[in-house]
Amino acid sequence: MNAPYPVTPVQQVTIKIDGEDVSVPEGSTILTACNAAGKDTPTLCYGDTLTPKNACRVCMVELKGSRVLVPSCSRKVSPGMEVMTDTERVRHSRRLVLELLGSSVDLSTTPRIPEWMQRYDADPDRYGERSGESLTRDIHEPGEHHAGNGYVAATMSQPDKIDNDLYVRDYSKCILCYKCVDACGTQWQNSFAIQIAGRGFDSQISTEYAAELPDSACVFCGNCVEVCPTGALSFKSEYDMRAAGTWDESQQTETTTVCTYCGVGCNLNLHVQDNKIVKVTSPHDHSIGHGNLCIKGRFGFVHVHSRSKEGSDS
Amino acid sequence: MDLKFSNAEASAEERDAVDRLLGAGDGGWHGGERDEQDHRRAHTGHAARSRRHFVMEALHAVNDRVGWISPGALNYVGKRLSVAPADVYSVATFYALFSTHPRPKRIVHVCTDIACMARGSKAVCADLEKRLGPASADNGWKHSPCLGVCERAPAAMAVEAGDPPHEHLIGPATVDAIALALEDGPAALAAEAPPAMAVPQAGQDGLMLLKRVGRVDPDSIDDYLATDGYAGLRRAFEMQPGQVISEVKDSRLMGRGGAAFPAGIKWESTAKQPATPRYLVCNADESEPGTFKDRAILEGDPFALIESMTIAGYAIGAERGFIYLRGEYPRAHRMLHNAIDTARERGFLGNDIQGSGFSFELEIRRGAGAYICGEETAIFNSIEGYRGEPRSKPPFPFEAGLFGKPTVVNNVETLCNVPLIMRMGGAQYARIGTEGSTGPKLFCVSGNLVRPGVYEVPFGATLGDVLTLAGGVPQGRKLQAVLLGGAAGGFVRADELNIPLTFEGARANNTTLGSGVVLAFDDTVELPAILLRIARFFRDESCGQCVPCRVGTVRQEEALLRIAHNRRDTAAKGRDIGLLRDVGLVMKDSSICGLGQAAWNAVESAIDRLGVLEKSP
Ligand code: SF4
Ligand code: SF4
Ligand code: FES
Repeated sequence: MNAPYPVTPVQQVTIKIDGEDVSVPEGSTILTACNAAGKDTPTLCYGDTLTPKNACRVCMVELKGSRVLVPSCSRKVSPGMEVMTDTERVRHSRRLVLELLGSSVDLSTTPRIPEWMQRYDADPDRYGERSGESLTRDIHEPGEHHAGNGYVAATMSQPDKIDNDLYVRDYSKCILCYKCVDACGTQWQNSFAIQIAGRGFDSQISTEYAAELPDSACVFCGNCVEVCPTGALSFKSEYDMRAAGTWDESQQTETTTVCTYCGVGCNLNLHVQDNKIVKVTSPHDHSIGHGNLCIKGRFGFVHVHSRSKEGSDS
Repeated sequence: MDLKFSNAEASAEERDAVDRLLGAGDGGWHGGERDEQDHRRAHTGHAARSRRHFVMEALHAVNDRVGWISPGALNYVGKRLSVAPADVYSVATFYALFSTHPRPKRIVHVCTDIACMARGSKAVCADLEKRLGPASADNGWKHSPCLGVCERAPAAMAVEAGDPPHEHLIGPATVDAIALALEDGPAALAAEAPPAMAVPQAGQDGLMLLKRVGRVDPDSIDDYLATDGYAGLRRAFEMQPGQVISEVKDSRLMGRGGAAFPAGIKWESTAKQPATPRYLVCNADESEPGTFKDRAILEGDPFALIESMTIAGYAIGAERGFIYLRGEYPRAHRMLHNAIDTARERGFLGNDIQGSGFSFELEIRRGAGAYICGEETAIFNSIEGYRGEPRSKPPFPFEAGLFGKPTVVNNVETLCNVPLIMRMGGAQYARIGTEGSTGPKLFCVSGNLVRPGVYEVPFGATLGDVLTLAGGVPQGRKLQAVLLGGAAGGFVRADELNIPLTFEGARANNTTLGSGVVLAFDDTVELPAILLRIARFFRDESCGQCVPCRVGTVRQEEALLRIAHNRRDTAAKGRDIGLLRDVGLVMKDSSICGLGQAAWNAVESAIDRLGVLEKSP
């Protein structure tokens, strides 16, 4: 046997948050420290299974000595840091980020938005009437745009993309957090079916030339749906039920089970409403899949519903 | 890696364009003979993947040859470089000079940015609209942000895709010249004004940075050698790399690109990093509206940059350097190309330079119309073949920059001070200028002035001095305001001409030198329209990564539009100014990079310093 690995004990780092000492393991983020200190910090683009992209800027905190605010979700702690989470500047920044998103994106299915809007006194309506659906968001002319007269607030509003039976892309709800892109790319799936196309406010999550998913490199693992924080990506089953007005999370149960398709042992969370599986997620803290599944585990549940149909023996 | 492509095939012409850059492909996927194995997937391996940094040049090759990037061409680029088609598409749709839908081979980009606005671009556009129809690629002409030809405003750039492609900067642009470029091609246009035209002081004694401009043939290395060329490199080779860095530190040379960071410290911290290889990147993506000084050097004295980069490479221990040149500088591109080739032939680049044992190679990467790529980390992403999105810092470039390695990024002007420092010694150099701002400085003086152009003065001159050098505003007009530092800078009033144009002087007066822009507006200019153009610029150039900038720049433009359309309603105006301040603060405080952080500077200074919106009827 080789010599045992030298065990380096994980150092604790102590920082001050709102005047109080908090110790967290070296390499942690300020967000981890905020959580340890019981500071409820809003996050949107942060994902527990992904490298922080720090794009949404809703989690900003004030760091003593820094000219600008810093993203708590990605900035690592270092000894002696002094962080403020509820100063006027922080509140202003969070309020404005929520307003800017709220005025341009449909946040109706993003968890906790009403609570945060209220906490930070955000008023997304003050930017004017929201623009209607654009049919040209998939045509990219970076560096130019039609400006209008300023009375209509530009939005992400656009038709839903329904091009397959498994999941729907409603980019009117997209905050461009990059999580789906990262899940589809090197961080998890390595399929590289989707990326950000275009530039600035006209950016869009897109396949090449906005090809429909079945014509793209998409393998329908649904790992993008798993990480999407806004409901822009959703199971077709959920989408249809929402459209019909029958989606009701209070009536749903969640059952964790092991996928039976192969021997890897991914865990599935079956979301069941009215005795029917309505969507499948996967626990992010599970050591095998970290929330990721393949097409079979994610979407291959329809046969379960055929059990009692005509011709079966149940 | 297992990539999936659609069935779209590149045309022979598109393949040829890419092959000339990358060499002929070796399999069916790569344009060679197809065999049974070639289905719809590419297995291209590590060798191809490590060439991702050719993505931009490959897209240029196609776009410059056929005028747009078709699905087949995009697939071919992806297959050759082992990059997924969605990824190539994400890059292609990031840059304004690339098109992912068909468009005519001839296009004229007409500058509508602030320096050209001050000098009649609006009239040119109005006439073009009558003659050709509204601006659109299909009508052959498009609006463009600053083309970096402000001394000859109003400016335009005519391009014609083909083999070879033609690119031609027109200034001052006339409707007839633009129509001619569209009818007969840019080749039919009269030759571009010689580089020295951008430098009114050209030929004067006592210039340091601009001394060769207009005096030597910029294509001739012999001319360069005959005018102290490569004396700085010789001097550097007599020293240890560490000593070279010490001299640069002693010179107290500060970055000239806008951030004013001490160059010597940057070099030192990079050279100290244990990780290798280290890289040197020259930021020649000069795109700040109103900036054209780097173009004057690149076109008038290109060997100076090659020598400067060789010295810098020697100092920090880099064997490879990249020049990231903005895509709108065709002549600078030709001249740099020639300078690099000639320097290599004559043993000033390549292996064992002049017998010193030091080897150094230089490559050019062209931008394609994205202001953000001048940001010091966005430039890395663009060179590496990704979207030009800034990275979050830390880590800083000196720790993890290009290809994740320790990297120095310097602006063209900054680098071109280095041979001077070598020749005179750092301490002597530091005697030029003031305590806090050493050396000679280039200013891009444009707008309503008698002799706009690039001016070299020792640090310490006041704003008034520089305006006087440029002949002041034309007779009968009155100076209204000056924009310092470009769109990311700030306005000052006509009664503030005593502001010293030094880093410390600007700071003390609560303004900035930025990239050295001094843009004068006389009383014929409507400043609210200028503010709108600045807001439009940031909205168009935001990379879109972070919310404060992506949406904030949109809301900023909308509020300014409302104010412009509804001047009389003071209550509404007050609300909109409050909204501008709110949005401005979050952009400043919470954006990822300097673009968003500075996107409200000019508007803020116009409101607070000039009272522009309050005053406007
Ligand atoms: S679709 Fe969802 S995961 Fe993807 S960028 Fe938009 S909000 Fe984020
Ligand atoms: S500040 Fe603007 S340009 Fe910079 S990263 Fe954010 S969106 Fe991109
Ligand atoms: S959660 Fe931190 S920036 Fe989005």
